[in-house]
Amino acid sequence: MNKSKRDWEPRLVGFLCNWCSYAGADLAGTSRMQYPPNMRVIRVPCSSRVRPEFILRALQKGADGVLVAGCHPGDCHYTTGNYYTRRRFQVIKRLLTFLGVDPRRVMASWISAAEGGKYQQVVTEFVETIRELGPCDFRPTNGQIFVPAADERTDLGVVS
Amino acid sequence: MKRVGVFVCHCGSNIAGTVDCAAVVAAARRIPAVAYAEDNKYTCSEVGQEQIRKAVQTHNLDRVVVAACSPRMHEATFRKTIASVGLNPYMLEIANLREQCSWVHSDRQAATAKAIDLVRLAVAKVLYNKPLFTSTLPVKKRAVVIGGGIAGIQAALDIAEAGHPVTLIERSQSIGGRMAQLDKTFPTLDCSSCILMPRMVDVGAHPMIDLMTYSEVEEVDGFIGNFRVKVRQRAKSVDHSKCTGCGECTEKCPTQVPAEFEAGLGERKAIYTDFPQAVPNKPVIDRDHCRYFLDGKCGICRKVCQADAIDYTQTDRQVEIEAGAIVVATGFDLFDPAKYGEYGGGRYPDVITGLQFERLISASGPTNGEIRRPSDGRVPETIAFIKCVGSRDEAHGVPYCSRVCCMYTAKQAMLVKEHAKDSKVYIFYIDVRAAGKGYEEFYQRAQTDAGATYVRGRVAKIFPRGEKLVLWAEDTLIGKQLELEVDLVVLATGIVAREGAVEFAQKMGISYDGHRFYSEAHPKLRPVDTNVDGIFLAGACQGPKDIPDTVAQASAAAVKVCSIFSKEELETNAMVATVDENICAGCFHCRAVCPSGAIDSKILHAWVAGQDVTRRVATVNSGVCQGCGSCAAACPSGAMNVGGFSNEQILGEVEAL
Repeated sequence: MNKSKRDWEPRLVGFLCNWCSYAGADLAGTSRMQYPPNMRVIRVPCSSRVRPEFILRALQKGADGVLVAGCHPGDCHYTTGNYYTRRRFQVIKRLLTFLGVDPRRVMASWISAAEGGKYQQVVTEFVETIRELGPCDFRPTNGQIFVPAADERTDLGVVS
Repeated sequence: MKRVGVFVCHCGSNIAGTVDCAAVVAAARRIPAVAYAEDNKYTCSEVGQEQIRKAVQTHNLDRVVVAACSPRMHEATFRKTIASVGLNPYMLEIANLREQCSWVHSDRQAATAKAIDLVRLAVAKVLYNKPLFTSTLPVKKRAVVIGGGIAGIQAALDIAEAGHPVTLIERSQSIGGRMAQLDKTFPTLDCSSCILMPRMVDVGAHPMIDLMTYSEVEEVDGFIGNFRVKVRQRAKSVDHSKCTGCGECTEKCPTQVPAEFEAGLGERKAIYTDFPQAVPNKPVIDRDHCRYFLDGKCGICRKVCQADAIDYTQTDRQVEIEAGAIVVATGFDLFDPAKYGEYGGGRYPDVITGLQFERLISASGPTNGEIRRPSDGRVPETIAFIKCVGSRDEAHGVPYCSRVCCMYTAKQAMLVKEHAKDSKVYIFYIDVRAAGKGYEEFYQRAQTDAGATYVRGRVAKIFPRGEKLVLWAEDTLIGKQLELEVDLVVLATGIVAREGAVEFAQKMGISYDGHRFYSEAHPKLRPVDTNVDGIFLAGACQGPKDIPDTVAQASAAAVKVCSIFSKEELETNAMVATVDENICAGCFHCRAVCPSGAIDSKILHAWVAGQDVTRRVATVNSGVCQGCGSCAAACPSGAMNVGGFSNEQILGEVEAL
């Protein structure tokens, strides 16, 4: 992925659940709601299908931000999938901090099949957030090792 | 060598207007795995599909990417297309160039760049697609209908008439439900019993319907075509095979208990039927109130029973039913007006609910159809009806409209004219909602023929003054406060979900909304399906409904059940989870997160150094698995995978970013 600083545009990946958020994104389309073209969507059956590994790999591959979107709590097509997503995100956020990635680069959102407008808004705002954060350099080859500050270590459950 | 074909659709100008399709095709051709790429005006048209078929054959393609509209639109179409030329239907991926690209971006260059990316992602994914196969499962051709109100009755009769056996499960002594409690129905003023009772008799007599009253569902497991429903049949203490239904026991029983059927206005005995026309018309003993069960004395019913049918030793029975489909028709409760302190909170006997009023005007009710005040038995001269009690009131009740109260209040106003000609009727309302066939006309008649006075405004307070009740209200049309002395107040209480609705939904695995009503699979296109295949909804358990809508939905559910029963075998979902048994360590994190209970364990044997070594691994029941992939995300070793959304496919897409 080409990342010259001058004409850098945020590259976002969206893991959208098939039943709510992907349908919500489709609805944004049928309603002709315009949003920035920075998002590349990967369809998943349920937000709970997203292994944390997918998110990290996307960041390694040059994504500047990752969105995981699913049905609203209580509305999951599979009843409970999004609850696991919600819990998993608590851990992912801390993992990102530990890895030296700004946790704002990875976000979860609940977008229903009826919320085309919300999808438009989420994408637009997320692109802006990432634009402010700048390019993400989380490639395994950059040679940087993140060392958490001393006071962060206990917070992250790290024993040095 | 994998050979991918890419077909870019213009969709007229829908895609081609914003995306340079020729550039997308050119970019696709540069991908090494792409053996063939072309664009069409309309790929989904017969011409477009034929081009795919021809290309698959001439270029020996083994997988296909269609860059067109959303996969939610035409995935099934193109799967059939490639299947018709011998490819496995799952060797297809769709790049969504319309809903998620051309329609949402206006910059041609950026949209084309994104479209090329989307095609690259789809190609990267399709390279890891594997042929998937459905399997078949036998169908148990018996339906279980839960709830014996008009919804359950209609569904059971329709399924039975189609020739399939039905087990109808009802919690109380008799079927009939709420409709049996009503006096007349809007907008025709048909007598509710007169149209319901013949249906109830049909259910009782139908050779294909197995009626289980006084029974409750305890547990449901299994899946479409193969459910197992555990039912607890409570001890009736009466041997119904001997009982003749003469009613002698009920007459002689010395214990009086408030009758559920009379909504608190009447009494029943401890050995009872819900109402005189009950089906089955054979009594049960309420053990919580029967003197024999409380202190061992009495036994009068046994003495007077000439058929020797009374059996105090009966115990609860657990029955397991195997069924292919289930209809949930568990009905509704009425909002409890005790939450309205300003209306007396249940302290004033002459402030009653709409359902109690139904019992008052019913010829078989506690007053034999005469409208009399519960407090002193006087015929009321003025009656006030208050609508939207509980409904459309987030402060006390629920935000939604209960849909039936406007009409049943209009009906009750008409019936006041029939039963107590000289009584004056006032109706307090927020809006009148009379949307239904013949409903508006009926509402107009309530004003013109019955002379009901409609007052727009909420009643702020009710309090007693002597023998009368005083209403403080505001007439918002003339902007004046008013005080009204009346003899009887009827609260049009709204419809709420059954008590225990959530626990029951959890037993069934079906989802429910914020108001505890059961959720349909799609609000527009699948209004009777649930999120669980093979379980359908009928009636007010899904949301407030009047009788015609309930009956329509029940018949729709019956048709859905019959369409399952029209097949000998069901095809399972091909996109389900699979286990790599070589890697699986048997930790069962997958089982903990599986929402459908599709994961079992199995023991693997291996001979190692002459010894039988066993290992426990996970196994997926492909008939139950819904393919959500929670297990694949939770699996620490990567042994779990999902067909169609495998780790390799998704990582393939990620790699192509």
